[in-house]
Amino acid sequence: MKLQRIVALTKKEMKKTVREPAVLFMIFLFPIVFVFAFGASFGGVGTGQPVYNIGVVNLDHGNSVNASQLLLTTLSDTKILNLHTYVDNQTAQNELSQGSIQAVMIIPNNFSRSFASYQAAPNDPSTWTNVSIILYLDKGSLVATQAIPPIIQQILAAIAGQNQQAASNPFRLEIASLVQVKTPSALDFIAPGMFTFASIFLIMMVAQSFAQDRENGMMKRIRITPITPTEFMTSQVFSYMAIALVQAILVFVMVYLMGFRPAVGVPAYGFAFILVLMFSLSNVGFGLITATIAKSPGAATGISFLFVLPQLFLGTFVGASLSSAAQAAGRFVPSSYVTDALTSLFLRGAALTSPTILLDVAVVAISCIAILAVGIVLYAKYYKI
Amino acid sequence: MNESAIVTDHLVKNYQDVKALDDLSLQVRRGELFGLLGPNGAGKTTMIHILCGLLKPTSGTATVCGYDAQKESAKIKDLIGVCIQETAVYPFLTGTENIDLFGNLYTMDKETLNARRSMLLNKMGLLDDAKRKAGKYSGGMKRRLSLLLALIHDPQIIFLDEPTEAMDPQSRHAVWDFIKELKNHGKTIILTTHHMEEAEELCDRVGIIDHGRLIALGSPKELTSKNNARNLEEVFIQLTGRNIREEL
Repeated sequence: MKLQRIVALTKKEMKKTVREPAVLFMIFLFPIVFVFAFGASFGGVGTGQPVYNIGVVNLDHGNSVNASQLLLTTLSDTKILNLHTYVDNQTAQNELSQGSIQAVMIIPNNFSRSFASYQAAPNDPSTWTNVSIILYLDKGSLVATQAIPPIIQQILAAIAGQNQQAASNPFRLEIASLVQVKTPSALDFIAPGMFTFASIFLIMMVAQSFAQDRENGMMKRIRITPITPTEFMTSQVFSYMAIALVQAILVFVMVYLMGFRPAVGVPAYGFAFILVLMFSLSNVGFGLITATIAKSPGAATGISFLFVLPQLFLGTFVGASLSSAAQAAGRFVPSSYVTDALTSLFLRGAALTSPTILLDVAVVAISCIAILAVGIVLYAKYYKI
Repeated sequence: MNESAIVTDHLVKNYQDVKALDDLSLQVRRGELFGLLGPNGAGKTTMIHILCGLLKPTSGTATVCGYDAQKESAKIKDLIGVCIQETAVYPFLTGTENIDLFGNLYTMDKETLNARRSMLLNKMGLLDDAKRKAGKYSGGMKRRLSLLLALIHDPQIIFLDEPTEAMDPQSRHAVWDFIKELKNHGKTIILTTHHMEEAEELCDRVGIIDHGRLIALGSPKELTSKNNARNLEEVFIQLTGRNIREEL
């Protein structure tokens, strides 16, 4: 194997990536723009903690104890809820539909009476007046549906707790501490999948590159030189691994700037990059399989989606919000194991040597090498290298 | 030492029901400039692909410098330079970068590569444009760069598959002069063309191929004399009953 040939072809691929606008966009700019847009939308960029706008329609009549006022004060004191009061539900719903607020909370007319009944006999549920707090959520907001209900539930529980402990700790009201103020943003949940996401588009790039070189005669020209198939494929794999590494670095920088700060050390980041590099092998393999099937660069683009979409929808951050059946199907695509390992590492705080991560790494390594091997064999059989 | 640089023996190549080469046997001597003439689809490019090891013949054998084109293609690749029919250059690389890439694929040392690159760029009239991206070149310039890539490693045997196609007359004559110079340096050259005047101008001998069969072989002078024709164009018409360009 001649290193001179491998280096020459690798340099050529790097120059192509940097100099071809379409390639540059798809490989580097698209993931960056995507991460920025997604992070800015869901990451709470520019604030230390998220603040949610809640519309309140207070129907409570009150009595000796104005419990609804206590609830609203407690909610405001958390600093994570910005309350807007409305005189009727219709007005509040209009604001909700316009996206001005993320939820509407209806406090029922007998809330204070219910609260008083609890106060009178906290240990006798049979005497309580049961009421329902109705909460309308912005269904278009991942943040609203996931974050707001638990906050309000915890504050309602906290009000009850305060009264239970009043005798021992009167007026010590630290409701905010009862709520997890620094709740993970949506970006935190999707960041591991974003590392995986960026690399998936290598499939399209590899397929287009091979199909294009075949169409314009460059593959023939390369085959006429003394370069061996091993040297050629090694140069291609090196090239795309290098591209995947740069992609991972760029995505990391972007999600870091967007507020992603996992509490892990340098080894964990090193591991993440190595995992993404391993994953890039499968994408080169899928790209070669696509290039084998496709007769032209245009066809390669279309066919590559057969591999891109399952990996994207079943194995990255997108998959987290899919049905259980879809998530089960995701176990058949390598990207889901990469995302799972990165999620365990960054969000769950799993150790590098934990069984769950080791299992994910093993599956990624075996599947990616197998897919790359299949890609090389198929391409070599039908088109020669 | 074998005097024949290239030998094909009863070469047959079938593409499903199409016979691209039909029992084609010929020899090309070392240092000879041999023209393969014929209309598009006659089998010229197929024959070159077999000699380069890109295609496997259905039957028959082909040798280049005594090496079997199928079994010893790795040895042959070091000896040959091929200017393929397509204008195959990387558009995102400069002229110099394209040349250096192929020089490195032939594992040329840096000094030799630099010297060959300068000499060939000069001869091809591309020196001033060497630092520009090949994608910005005109069609003729790309063809000249493509020819240059085939010659960067100073091959003994050169296959030129329609090298002057789509070139302007000025560029074409410059390339003709360069091909003559290569021959004067002792290179064996196989030139495929459907331009009869090109073959008459350059070739020591020509083989006329039609529908995969070798229908005439000899020097341009011999063929015109034997067929009582004024030029090779008339020879082709007499042998096939049609004009070579009718099938373009």
